[in-house]
Amino acid sequence: MRTLIFRTAAPYLTSLMLLFSVFVLLRGHNEPGGGFIGGLIAASAFAIYGIAFGVPEVRRSMYFHPMAISGFGLFLAALSGLLSYVFHVPFLTGIWTSPSLFGITVDLSTVMFFDIGVYLVVVGSITSIALALEEREDG
Amino acid sequence: MGTGERPLTFFALILPFLAAAAAPLLTRLLKHNAAWVLALAPLWMFSHFAGMLGPVSEGAAIAGGFDWIPSLGVRFSWYIDGLSLTFALLITGIGTLIVLYSGGYLKGHPHQGRFFSFILMFMGAMQGLVVADSFLMLFVFWELTSITSFLLIGFDHAREASRRAALQALVVTGLGGLSLLAGLLVIGAVSGQDDLSGLLASGDLMRNSPLYLAALILLLGGAFTKSAQFPFHFWLPNAMEAPTPVSAYLHSATMVKAGVYLVMRMNPVMGDTVAWETILPLFGGVTLLVGTLLALRQTDLKLMLAYTTVASLGLLVMLTGFGSEKAVEAAVLYLIAHSMFKGALFMVAGLIDHESGTRDIRSLGGLRGAMPVTFAAAILAALSMGGLPLFFGFLAKEEIYAAIAVGGGWATLVTVVAIVGNALMFAIAFAVGLRPFIGAAAKTPKHAHEGPVLLWLGPVVLALSGLIAAMFSTIAHQLLSSPMASAVAGQDLQIDISTIPHIGMPLLHSALTIALGIGAYLALDRLRASMASVLEAIGWGPDRGFDQAIRGLLRLSFGVTKIVQNGRLDIYMTVTFIAVALTLLVPMVLFGELPSVPVFPDLWFYEWTVVAIAVIGLGAVVYAQDRLTAIVSLGIQGFAVALLFMLMGAPDLSFTQFMVETLSVVILALVMTRLRLSVSDHRPTGQKILDVSVAGACGLAFGMLLLKVTQLPFDETLSTFFKNYSLVIAHGRNVVNVIIVDFRGLDTLGEIAVVMITGLAILALIRIRTKDQTVPAKRKGRR
Amino acid sequence: METVLSVLVGLFFAVGIYLMLSKHVIRILLGIAIFGNAVNLLIFTVGRIVREVPPIIPHGFDVPPGPVANPLPQALILTAIVISFSFFAFLLVLAYRAYQEIGTDDTDGMRVAEPEGESLPPLGY
Repeated sequence: MRTLIFRTAAPYLTSLMLLFSVFVLLRGHNEPGGGFIGGLIAASAFAIYGIAFGVPEVRRSMYFHPMAISGFGLFLAALSGLLSYVFHVPFLTGIWTSPSLFGITVDLSTVMFFDIGVYLVVVGSITSIALALEEREDG
Repeated sequence: MGTGERPLTFFALILPFLAAAAAPLLTRLLKHNAAWVLALAPLWMFSHFAGMLGPVSEGAAIAGGFDWIPSLGVRFSWYIDGLSLTFALLITGIGTLIVLYSGGYLKGHPHQGRFFSFILMFMGAMQGLVVADSFLMLFVFWELTSITSFLLIGFDHAREASRRAALQALVVTGLGGLSLLAGLLVIGAVSGQDDLSGLLASGDLMRNSPLYLAALILLLGGAFTKSAQFPFHFWLPNAMEAPTPVSAYLHSATMVKAGVYLVMRMNPVMGDTVAWETILPLFGGVTLLVGTLLALRQTDLKLMLAYTTVASLGLLVMLTGFGSEKAVEAAVLYLIAHSMFKGALFMVAGLIDHESGTRDIRSLGGLRGAMPVTFAAAILAALSMGGLPLFFGFLAKEEIYAAIAVGGGWATLVTVVAIVGNALMFAIAFAVGLRPFIGAAAKTPKHAHEGPVLLWLGPVVLALSGLIAAMFSTIAHQLLSSPMASAVAGQDLQIDISTIPHIGMPLLHSALTIALGIGAYLALDRLRASMASVLEAIGWGPDRGFDQAIRGLLRLSFGVTKIVQNGRLDIYMTVTFIAVALTLLVPMVLFGELPSVPVFPDLWFYEWTVVAIAVIGLGAVVYAQDRLTAIVSLGIQGFAVALLFMLMGAPDLSFTQFMVETLSVVILALVMTRLRLSVSDHRPTGQKILDVSVAGACGLAFGMLLLKVTQLPFDETLSTFFKNYSLVIAHGRNVVNVIIVDFRGLDTLGEIAVVMITGLAILALIRIRTKDQTVPAKRKGRR
Repeated sequence: METVLSVLVGLFFAVGIYLMLSKHVIRILLGIAIFGNAVNLLIFTVGRIVREVPPIIPHGFDVPPGPVANPLPQALILTAIVISFSFFAFLLVLAYRAYQEIGTDDTDGMRVAEPEGESLPPLGY
């Protein structure tokens, strides 16, 4: 698997896929896409990187343990639901705000953070699974 | 009773449980002296209930409560009339003494705190049982007494005999509890009432109902098991494995009387029928005789007392079912007397055991000098149990003979049974209360001397109260006996018997009883020997039957498990899928719900192509001969599904499916290249035919189900809601994503939690190693 | 369209179940993967089929202007796909570990939890 072409192309492929996954995640509310799909794309990116350069390299470049990312995602999703209690609405009710920064209006919502949470859980868990299996492959 | 009565009564009901929670800590701090503190709880409860004596003796009933589960119409409510109050006073009064006695009896025991906890929990359960108004509360507390009794009998859990006795008591009384529950349900259905206070007015409704006999038998199933009526008596003597405070409290004074309580409580509702007046005296009478005869056989003081308890319970049931007001009065008096003298005698037996090291009557004697206080308490209690004048037991006995001496064959039979039973109990009373103390001093395992105040306080107070209650019988009747008898009979009764003997038939019967009793006492050793030989000849009893039943049950369940859980996965799967196919197909055929023949579908060319790719992929997976083909063909069918989603307006699904199939192929390849797993099919032809038919039937069933469903009209309510409100409410144009992250966000939260948990589980699976390491060296040292 | 998909779903179920009835762990796993697809397609078809129009509201509209695909089954299936994948991975690793520890991929040989010829439990108390 570790041919020269693959090893040369892998970093670019990975970064492109990661970028694309974030794009898919963020446009998900209005166009096809979303946290689940984005997360799967990102996980595939890490899997490819792992096949090209070995698991330790991926672990080093990810910095956090994949399951920690997953856990943070779940925490974020739950937190964005809990915010409802501050506004006295039922759990997980979407709350929207549109702050203006330097004349550009940005739509922010708890729903978006929830979707980011989903993304992180999927990225973390699936990457963790793939890396764990690849690791055995190296041995 | 002031306005503060309701919360205080509620507090009295939960106080034992609070005390039970505090008991272990208190015991750790104060050692056995914690008893003095813990006894304050039942003492306060006693005084609270004693405060109700005034209004209750004037005929009032104190009711209260609050909604427990309003949506189910369940109330936490109490109803305290003369019957409940007398029981409550016995439970709390004797409870106070028992807590103190336990402090001395289990002094230095490593689990004394646990014991206090259990016994206080039992007290709370028993208390709740006798004051409960709603059926549900009655049943819950009834079961709680069974459970706490189980814990207390099995307190010494290191011994097999204790464990067996505890399990036996739980099984017998637990089955009885189920019977009671069924009985209460029947009664509730017939009378339309769900509490006792309401039921008390529905007596005629119950008695005239065609379900009366069923309700009665179910109810008595509960009462007879709890109160150890023959043939369910065997658990009670075995329960003597428990520490003596338990025997004195649960298995003589209180818990075993729960069945009698139930019978008495139901007397105004269910009584006064032929069935009631036949079944109760019959079982009660047999129990009385069996209990006293078996008591003769014993040499252990506690066992002798236990069998006389069985007998006394029989006597109580017999009297309650006799069917006259006098008999009810007699039962009430005897119940009060019995709680006092039997509690005292049990504590005496425990005291003798504690101080001398043995409870065997053959190796005890001459303790009067060493244990004078105990001797005094014992003889007072024995005199009451023997029914001699000046004691409360005498009042009870006189009333019994007065009640049943009404002439007629049935009454004469009952009288004879009562005289024989009472005479034998008289003999046992003095065998326990007198014989260990007189005669030559016997050599005992421990050098006997008087016990500490914690130990003798209980028996002395109880024995004296039997004397005092008889001395001031007018007051006792006015406050306790008469209100209780009125509650049991369902009409106003006044008891007026006093210690001054009346000349007449009752006195003659009493004299006869005492004469017979003295004869039996003197001939005790010979009677015991002959009873022993009779029992030897019979050889089998319900106690052994219990063992056989339990073993049979174990064998049966083992056999069933062997068939059902045979450990072969392919059989489990085959059975499961046959069931799936049948549940889908049979109703469709039976109810004529088969789908109509569809018209030939009009598909575009590329749609057919995708379907064909899926079919080819499926076929290739089945026929794959090597790993690579199998993996690739699995991928093909997956991508075909993704294409199908794409063609049918589901781009989100399509992308997800693509990614998942890619990852599946990758991880499958990663794992399978490491394993020498065989992919090709090695099933024998017969097996293949079976599997193909099962799988084919399931496929056919699902296909037809789907066809039928799609031929029915479609309810679009939900889908339309999501389409219409996705942008308006949730500000999202991709309806699918809005459903996932907003409308059904909670589902998604759960689902991502599941994804994360499987990730963790996989990590754990990869990292665990079995204890005996046979893993190659190169894998060691990794995380 | 629904008719073709019904037949196809039936075929997916039949193949999945046939593979799951095998005694070889790896075939059972393949069967489970196919079974998952079968269930997803079943749910999808029950929600009725609309060709090519995804449930996305175009700009300038508050509700979809014409008939679109049913979004509800899609939302259900989307999460189902991801979950069934993670379970598939779990089962794969489980089978792999079992193979390492027990040394066989034949379910008849996997009798650690339910050993053959188990004796009667003790009859005491």
